[in-house]
Order: sequence, then C-alpha cells, then structure tokens
Amino acid sequence: MKFPGKGLLDGVFVTIRNFVGSYFEKDRLVTVQYPEERVSLPENSRTFPFLVYDDEPDKMRCTACKICEAECPPQCIYIVMDRDEKGKPLQHPKVFDIDISVCMQCQICVEVCPFDAIKMDNDYEKSRYGRFDELMEHLPDLLKSNEYYHKIKPIEATAVDAKLQAAAERKAKKLVSPAPPAPGTTPETD
Amino acid sequence: METLYQLLISIKTDTPIGRWLGPVPDWWLRAVAIVVPVVLILAVFLTLFAFLTWVERKTLGRIQNRLGPNRVGPIGLFQPIADGLKILLKEDIVPRGADALCHFLAPVLFLTVPLMLFSVLPIGRGLIAVDLNIGILFVFAVGAASVLALFMGGWASRNKFSLLGAMRSMAQIVSYEVPTVLAAVVVLMAVSAAGKHGVGSLSTVSIVEAQAGGWVNVSGWFIFQPWGLVGFILFFIGTLAESARTPFDLPEAESEIVAGYHTEYSGFKFALFQMGEYLVMIAMSGFTVTMFLGGYLGPGVDLPRMGWLLSIFWFFAKLAVMIFIVILARGTWPRVRVDQLMGFAWKMLLPMALVNIVAFGLWFYLGSGPMGWAVSVALLIAAFALLTLGGTSTRLGKRTYRYSS
Amino acid sequence: MIQAQSAIESSGVTPSTAGIIETQTLEVSIGPQHPSTHGVFRMDVVIDGEVVVKLKPVMGYLHRNHEQLAEKMTWLDSMPYTDRLDYFNSMANNWAYALSVEKLAGIKVPERAEYIRVIVAELTRLLNHTVAIGFLLNDMGAWFTPVLYAFREREKIVDLFEAVSGSRMMCNYYRFGGVRVDFDEKMLAMARDIVERYPQFLDEFEKLLTENEVLLARTQRIGILPREQAINGSITGPVARASGVDYDIRKVDKYGVYGGLDFRVPLGEVGDTYDRYYIRILEMREAIKILQQALCGLPSGPIIAPEVKLRNFRVPAGDGYGRIETPKGELGFYLVADETGKMPYRYHVRPPCFINLTLLEDMCLGHKLADTVVILGSIDIVLGEVDR
Repeated sequence: MKFPGKGLLDGVFVTIRNFVGSYFEKDRLVTVQYPEERVSLPENSRTFPFLVYDDEPDKMRCTACKICEAECPPQCIYIVMDRDEKGKPLQHPKVFDIDISVCMQCQICVEVCPFDAIKMDNDYEKSRYGRFDELMEHLPDLLKSNEYYHKIKPIEATAVDAKLQAAAERKAKKLVSPAPPAPGTTPETD
Repeated sequence: METLYQLLISIKTDTPIGRWLGPVPDWWLRAVAIVVPVVLILAVFLTLFAFLTWVERKTLGRIQNRLGPNRVGPIGLFQPIADGLKILLKEDIVPRGADALCHFLAPVLFLTVPLMLFSVLPIGRGLIAVDLNIGILFVFAVGAASVLALFMGGWASRNKFSLLGAMRSMAQIVSYEVPTVLAAVVVLMAVSAAGKHGVGSLSTVSIVEAQAGGWVNVSGWFIFQPWGLVGFILFFIGTLAESARTPFDLPEAESEIVAGYHTEYSGFKFALFQMGEYLVMIAMSGFTVTMFLGGYLGPGVDLPRMGWLLSIFWFFAKLAVMIFIVILARGTWPRVRVDQLMGFAWKMLLPMALVNIVAFGLWFYLGSGPMGWAVSVALLIAAFALLTLGGTSTRLGKRTYRYSS
Repeated sequence: MIQAQSAIESSGVTPSTAGIIETQTLEVSIGPQHPSTHGVFRMDVVIDGEVVVKLKPVMGYLHRNHEQLAEKMTWLDSMPYTDRLDYFNSMANNWAYALSVEKLAGIKVPERAEYIRVIVAELTRLLNHTVAIGFLLNDMGAWFTPVLYAFREREKIVDLFEAVSGSRMMCNYYRFGGVRVDFDEKMLAMARDIVERYPQFLDEFEKLLTENEVLLARTQRIGILPREQAINGSITGPVARASGVDYDIRKVDKYGVYGGLDFRVPLGEVGDTYDRYYIRILEMREAIKILQQALCGLPSGPIIAPEVKLRNFRVPAGDGYGRIETPKGELGFYLVADETGKMPYRYHVRPPCFINLTLLEDMCLGHKLADTVVILGSIDIVLGEVDR
C-alpha cells in the first residue's frame, strides 16, 4: 500500500537495520583498525620492485643487462654496470637506483627481465622523512633474498625456482656432452 | 525552583541542621534557590551537548557500517574534550571592515538565548527551574528571538554570500515557526479541555499533568490520540527545521555556494554557534517530549518517595529516543532545495495544522469516544490526501522503463 | 573576501532591465575546490536571483599530457598510463587501448581471454555505477550514507582485482592478445560470491533511495536532455540512453563475446536526472546477468595470443579506431602507426566524460543554482578522463 511518505519511511528502516546489524553481523561493520589489525594481502599484490639474490647478496641474479631500464615507462631505473680494472664488464651492477617517487608500480620491468632477477615487493609502508634523496632506493636496499621472495609469493617463487633449475640442468647437460639438443625440446627464447 | 525554596525554608525551620546554622535571612535562601537550578541547567545541558556530539558521531558511524571515533579515551568518550581543546586553540579571525561589536555578540547571543529555553522545561516531577504560567508562549518567543542572533552573524561578516545565507536560514526558521505553533495550539486546547471548568494553562507543567492518569501513566499521552499524532509529526518536522538539521540543513551545509551565516567565524565563536544549534535541538526535542509524549510521566511516577527519581529517568529516556530519531534522519535523507522547503511549510504543513485544530474540536465535541475518533481520523486522512493530490508525491513517482529491442 | 567582492562588482555584470525594477546578475565561480568533489573542475555561473542564466565549464586543471607522452613510448609502455585516464574504471580503459592495437596489428584473442575480459569489464561497470549513485546522493546532502554503502560493495570487487592483477585501482591487466594473469579457482570463487550477493545489496540500496520523496523532488524534471540534442552533441553512455537514444556499443559492435551473451539495454523516456540515476541501477542488474552467464561459460585455454612478443612489438603501418562501452560512455582510441611501427605516431583518446560535459550548460539553464551540482553529479565525470 503506497502512501505519500512511504519512501522516506523505507529509507529509515534500511538505516535502522544497518545500525542494529553493525553490532551483530560481521559484514555490516567493515572497519579494519590499522595499525593494530592489518588486512592480509593476496599473493599477487604489488608495490615496488626489489632484486632477488640466491644464498648470498653477492650471488644476485641481476646481470645489469639494462632491459628493465629501457622498458620502464616513467624511466625510474638507473643502472651502471660494474667493470674490473681492465674495463671488462663483470656481469652485475655497480649502481642500481630506483626512484620510488617516480615508479608507478606497473610491473613491466618484472615481465621483461630475462633472468627473473627483479620482482615486485608488497611492502607498502614506505614513508620517509624527506622528499628527494630519501625516496631513492639504492642497491643495498633493493637486494632481498630468495627466502623472502618465497615468503611473500610462494606459488610464483616455486615456479620461478623450478624454471631456473630446469634451465641450469639443461645447461649442465650441454656442457657435459656437447651433443645437439634432443628432438622435442624447444630452444630458449627471451 | 519554587520547591527548592520551600525545601530550604523547611530545612531552616524544622530540622536540627537549620536550627544549628542559626538565623539565615530568607533572601539568602531565595538566592540559593535561584542559583542552584541555573548552575544545574548549565552543567547538565552543556555536558549533554558535549556528550551528544560523541553520540552523533558514533551513531552516524554505525549507520554507515563503520566505527565512529574510538581512539581518544575508551570508545572515544574523550573526543568532545579533544574537539573543545582544538577549537579553543584556533585563531580567531575578524574580517577587516566587519562590524566588530555585532560580530562578537552574534555567537554569544546565539548561545545564551536557547539556554533560556531550558528554564521552562520540566525535567521531573517538581523539577523545573521556573514554572511560568505562560510557559509555552515564552518558548516560542525565545525561539523566535534566536533568529536575531543568526541575522546579526550574517550581517556582521560583511560577506555578500553569508548575508544571503543568513537571510535564507532566517526565512526557513520563521516560516517553520507557524506550523509549529499551530501544532502546539492543539495541545493547549487539549489541556484546557482536561482542566477544571474548561480553564487551561500555558504552563508546561500543567501540559504534562494533563497527560497523567490512564493506564500506567502512558495511555494518557497526547500522541495516542489522532490529533496528537498529527500534531507530533508536525511539531517534529518543525523541530528539524528550527534547529537546521537534515533534511532542512541549508544554513549548515550549503554545499552550493554559500556556506551560510557562520562562514566568517573561526575558533571558539564557531563552537558557540554549533553549541547554540545543538542546544536548540535538545530543547525542542525536550518540548516535543513534554507536549506529546507525556514529559516525565511513566510507570511508577506516582510512588511516594522514589517517584521523582523515576520521572527524571523517564524524561531522559524519551529525550534520548527523540534525539536518536533526529540523528537517524540526518543519516538517511538528502536535503531539500530552498524553494521546495518553503513550499512544503506554507502549502502543506500550515493547512494540515489548521485542519488538525478543527479535527480536535470535532473530536472533543463529539464526546471523545468512537464517534469522535472516526470523524476526526476521517477528516485528517481526507485533508492529507487532498493536500498531496496533485502535489509532488503523486506527480512524481517511480517510472517504468522500456528496453531496446 | 573584500578583494572577491570588488572583483565581482567590477567584472562586467550586465544589469538586466527586465520589468520595472532594475536587477543585476551575479557571476559566481564554483570550484576548482569543490565541496562535492568530482575532481578539480570549475564552473563560471551567471545567476539572476536563483536561476542560472549562463554557465561555462572550465576544465584543464588536471591536464597531464597523456597523449603526448604516449607518442614517446612504445605500445606496451603506455598501457599503465591508460589506467590513469579514468581512474575509477582502469580495466575498461585498458580494454579500449588493447582493442585498438589488436585491430591495427590484426591479433586474434583466445576464447578464455575474451571471457575473462568480459567478466572484469562488467565488474568494473558494477563498481562504477554504485559509486556514481553514491556520490550523486552525496551532492544532494545525504551525509555519506549511500557513499559508504556503495564503497562497502566496491571494496569486495576491488579486493578481487588486487588478487588478480596485483593492484586495486591501477590494474595494468590487459595485454595485446589477451590478459596478463589467469583466474584460478580461488579468484573465480570470489567473483561468484560477489555476483551472488549483489542483487540483495541492490535491493537494499533501492529501498533506501528510489522512492524517497526528497530524492524524487530533487531529481525529477531537473536537467532534461532532449533526445535530439543528445544525438547532436554526440553524447554516449548512460546519459544518452536515459534520453532515449538507443545506442549501446556492446550491441552495435559486438566486440569481445558480447554477441553471444543475452542481456537487455534499458532506455529512458524523459532524460532528466532521475532517469540517469535509475538507468544506472537497471544497467547494474543487466551486468549481473552478463556476469552469471560469463562465469558459467568460461572455457579453458590459453590467456594470451602466443605470437605476441613483449619487447620489440611492432605494428604494421596504418591507422585505426577502437572503441568500447565503458561505464561512462564510448571510450575510443585513434592510433596511427608509421613504417617503423615501434611507437604510435599519433595517439588520440576520445574521452566520454569530456564530450558529455559540453552539454552541461544546456541542461542547467533555467534551473536553480542548487540543481547545477546535482546535474553535474548525474553526468558522472571523472576529471582524469576529462583533462587527460
């Protein structure tokens, strides 16, 4: 039965239902009291990049090939290859800077890296006390271990480990017996 | 106050303490009997205002599926103290070229005038500051006087937009006074009908006492009569409009251009404006309770010793329910436009209030039995239907939509 | 304040000699800091008493040079920038750009990727329309209650987006030839859960709003846009459909798998603010139907076309225009590729909000000042897209 004013009363009943329900039903009180409670992030969640090393920081996977620097849309990565006394390039970076005030967390650097060296972190508490130098992350800050990578992204890390393991085995087989690759295996493409 | 004075006199003459204290002049007792209620009113209702800001924020939060403030103190109870400190420490800006005296006086006046309303509000049996025998007339006179403070605020700011906003809110408050007063007239008629020899009174205590009797002091409330229910709705809408609450909160939150009469106020003066607004809301809710919901009456009020304590409890419980409804209205309904607001007051509420008066007359003179009920209910429903016919509610409405083929 | 007053008095306000009393119109600038924020947007309004006589929208406060930037980067690198165009519906913007490039390069998208694209795009439509209605009510003064109910539902969808693509709003999910990440069982369960609970939320939302007399009085017969004017002004999206223009790109172009899905397109009669509000609710119900069909019929298979390379992606020379039906209207990308094909030679965005906004003056004339804000809210603009 419709009478003038019914719409207003219906609205009030909805509000009362939400008011009473907020004491009893869990999905009518959606506040998460940060910083005491935190929402657990899903695995794919991404914020800023970091570099992966296996076992020791010296054994970083990055070879300073500069592909991520070229592909980064806002150009926030700066890499300088390490060279020895004679000028021959050693395959790891001397300088690897990411400016996190410029980085737009697009994940393109992760997709194009051929060595699975740079991956996305999910740490969002990156407040600093300054705006310029403090927001530039250098190589020591960026290096994090493979165990850390397993902790934040278990499924992806195990897949990457399996892939690298398979590649290492194939390379070992090729070195031991320099025979042409067996039919059926596809050559690696980048 | 009168009862307190008599109590003090009886203490002086009858009890041992009075005889031990020696001769105390009567005018000292009279002064104490005046000062104590004033201090009590200030203490109770200003604390209630501070508590009310907390209640409002928590209630609105729960309606919107979130917690309100809960960091300052246990469950956020000290939030009003934090707010008060913050606003005291803000810079007090007076615009250059503004009328300094008016600019200073406007918030002071806006706060003190509504405080006078509390002096005729009966909080419990025998607990009223001044039992004026023109109580209701005093209420409406004071309510109209607070409009002056509003206009002073708008004028003194030397800002074209706040002047426009002040004029608009003045128009709103003044035009909603009329149906409010007419809704109250019905109550006065009922009081005089219940009185001896048909003699009535404008005093608020006699309005409450006219609703006494009946089943556990509840069935005598005016809201349970047809004319009382309509009067209650009209008076409640008037309360919302007088204190400028949603859906009539144009003065407070004009999100269009004008920020209203309190644009140019900062710091503690702004807090005084807010205080005045909330006090008007509490006071008018209190008068709604007094006139239609039986004031301090309830089961157990007639008990000899503890009756007056229970009456205080009943009054504040009913006041809490009314304030909860006002806060719920804020959280639910959007705001009306200014011309729709005026049209609503003059074209819909005013005729309804007049018809309500006629309905009460018919109810009373037909013997206030089933015949009276039937006739008055039929008249009210007919008037309501006639007023909304061709009005917004039937011209507008939910439409049906077609889909593309 | 004093400077503002003298500026108003000396700004060429023309006295109108209508009638016996000489009146003067008042020129007011609403914005760019808006109380009802749709972004940084300014309206110069000339009012005569309370009635709007002239209105000029001033945009450009958020111009970020998106089109020029895209002409300096490769095709893939400007995909994250399209997220930031209409930052509320990033998935839809991604699809429009991916569609245009696939048209240019002649890439075919596998079946599973098409279904996933439809699922994600319709979820975006749900979240955009609830929030648009919530903010429309906020402009009208219902103190944040509808906004927070809408955000409660939006949070569930945005959490799903985080689980899938890694980021809540700037998803960067589509790639040329498919999507980046596959939906696994947990994400599909989340999507099904959202779709199941949504009709109940919509019923409650409608009960709060649709027959509310204050809402009816504030929105009906306000901001009427006649059908002919909508077609002439090239308005698209829910704004046009509320005026009766029967044009939905999902039915016209049948891109993706929309040709095989069964859904209706609601049309309005009058074209006022209430129609624009109610069409969005009806479109949400249709979106739920599409989602149910797509989630049931999701095939298995690859999610990206195998021949697409990530780096050194080249597009043959030519030009093309790809468009989709975003929740706000028709978003189109006009791309021109030269012989090298490494980056776009010309990249132009057809923003729906910007074009819908050009008719704001015609919709607002003759109404009161308080209605201007409501009409602006019903067009549902996002400044990232208006200013690019």
